[in-house]
Amino acid sequence: MVELTAQTPWAALLPVTAGATGLSAWDPGPMTALMPYRGRRAALSEAMQAAHGLGFPDPGEVTAAPPLRCLWTGRGQAFLMGGPADPGLSAQAALVDQSDGWVALRLEGETAPEVLARLVPVDLRPAALPEGRTLRTLCGHMTVSITRAPEGLEILAFRSMAGTLVHEIADAMRLVAGRAVLG
Amino acid sequence: MRLSCPLCGERDRREFTYQGAAAMVDRPAPGATTEQWSDWLHLRDNPAGRTRDLWYHEAGCGAWLVVERDTVTHEIFGTALVGGDHAD
Ligand SMILES: [Zn+2]
Repeated sequence: MVELTAQTPWAALLPVTAGATGLSAWDPGPMTALMPYRGRRAALSEAMQAAHGLGFPDPGEVTAAPPLRCLWTGRGQAFLMGGPADPGLSAQAALVDQSDGWVALRLEGETAPEVLARLVPVDLRPAALPEGRTLRTLCGHMTVSITRAPEGLEILAFRSMAGTLVHEIADAMRLVAGRAVLG
Repeated sequence: MRLSCPLCGERDRREFTYQGAAAMVDRPAPGATTEQWSDWLHLRDNPAGRTRDLWYHEAGCGAWLVVERDTVTHEIFGTALVGGDHAD
């Protein structure tokens, strides 16, 4: 059988460093969208606790049972990441494989919220988005999921948008770095 | 302009798509007359004052919201999820 080599959507674009901010890629691994059937949210959360040790997240919340995490991604929807979903969950929810459909970036450094302030219409400073919180919004014209992790801000976007996303963020990083140099 | 999404909090207008009168949510029963369906589809109030609109939080949580606002003063009185709190 032919062994295919997995390619990243970044090619030589990443990592990027500018001033105090660094942009890098990370591999989100298997991702599954969990969408509870009407009235089954609590039952899904119980089934997740039994199968994986974490519950279905409230809006804006991330639940975790390392290496698994579950990110709220919209009304009636969350992404289970870091490992495959138990097929038994399909009794309570629609499960849709998202693996390789999304790309994951990490923006590190104290100036990360300042960089994204040029592209994202939501306050991402730690006081507004503390660790363990997540949200859906826009980055330029792209819909994204943004989560504060210990290492920095994690950004999920559609894989087809990878090049544009890196271009937009890297430009903003250079502009913020340039401002800092000018004082 | 900013709208307060019950799930996401206060967000910029660019994250939302405007659909029209909230009356669209109240579909006639399947057996309704042609005239009732026609009225539901085509007839709209045009108030100078309080009105209820549908807005889609397209770039956020994907929820449909009913926004109650004043067409004269632009005051926004409140927002609610279409279909209530389930499935969030
Ligand atoms: Zn929302």
